Amino acid sequence: MSTATYNLTGMAKVVRVFFLLLRLLAVAATLCAVIVMATSHDSTIVFGITLEAKFQHTPALVFFVIANGIAFIYSLIVLFVPSTSLLSRSIIVFDVILAMLLTAAIAAAGAMAQLGKKGNSHAGWFPICDRVPNFCDHVMGAMICGCVGVVTFLLIVFYDIHQVLSPKFP
Amino acid sequence: MADENGKQTETESRPCHQTVALLLVSLRLAALVATSTAAGLMAFNKETKTITVAVVGTNPILQSFTAAFQQTPAFVYFVLANALASLYNLLVMLLRPCLKNRGRQVLVHLLDMVVFALVVTGAAAAASMAELGKNGNKYARWNPICDRFEAFCIRGGAALVAAFIGAVLLLLMNAFSAIGLTCKNEASNNN
Repeated sequence: MSTATYNLTGMAKVVRVFFLLLRLLAVAATLCAVIVMATSHDSTIVFGITLEAKFQHTPALVFFVIANGIAFIYSLIVLFVPSTSLLSRSIIVFDVILAMLLTAAIAAAGAMAQLGKKGNSHAGWFPICDRVPNFCDHVMGAMICGCVGVVTFLLIVFYDIHQVLSPKFP
Repeated sequence: MADENGKQTETESRPCHQTVALLLVSLRLAALVATSTAAGLMAFNKETKTITVAVVGTNPILQSFTAAFQQTPAFVYFVLANALASLYNLLVMLLRPCLKNRGRQVLVHLLDMVVFALVVTGAAAAASMAELGKNGNKYARWNPICDRFEAFCIRGGAALVAAFIGAVLLLLMNAFSAIGLTCKNEASNNN
């Protein structure tokens, strides 16, 4: 990379600050998704038996928590990495990998959430959201945070591609 | 873009090799085959079982149960995503002579990422449904169905494997396409 003068136009500075804010938003969104999903817990009593709904019972929701946890730790680390040449290339690769991991996680959690809400009459699977509404609300909140995290990571990936194609900053 | 066509920047100084273009075309063809296989296998996934539910006198009363992919929205999305991905790959391969322009190459690369995201989300949703169908969820009183509809589950599993293979191929294609975008294309024979 050239060591010329560090001349950034006003627009380029605004764009750079915007993407730093996007990385902060990614940290916040993934943390929110992890915490809200991890605290989802509800129980109800049916015919004298206590039925509990926890996120650990469903592997798709466990995958959602783990994926967002990994993305949170990675986003924290990336905030402290200086924009040097060698490391920023690896960060682009990891950004893409984690964006895809988060989209897969939210897809799996979305499939489970749709099943919990509507059930599947053909398989004899009854919906559970009318019995444990607190659990379903927590899962929905975590998925909204997860969606925000996915969109943020995708915008970061677009910015990385733009940087690779036409580097404006030394 | 900040740089002009004639000026060589740091990222565009490596020349493109023919092998990169050939690799990209073969990866796209393989991904097309994989995603179309996944879509086709799941679209024709249907199993009907007729069992006797009661006997009245000497006449058995039969009832038929059907397991089809339309009953689960995740599988419907899986079929749609894989069909869209294979159609897109077919279109890009047919329109290769029109895509020598650099702007169009960037557009194809971005659409590649969108299609890859579609395939990955379809495979993830279908995989979570398949895991539920195989193991059930005893806490929610959801019984597994794979012990009763074995052929349905086997075909669904094969479709899922094909979709995951297609997703890996699409990921490799995205990575090589990104490398191909940063090398100097004098002959403009990138994918």
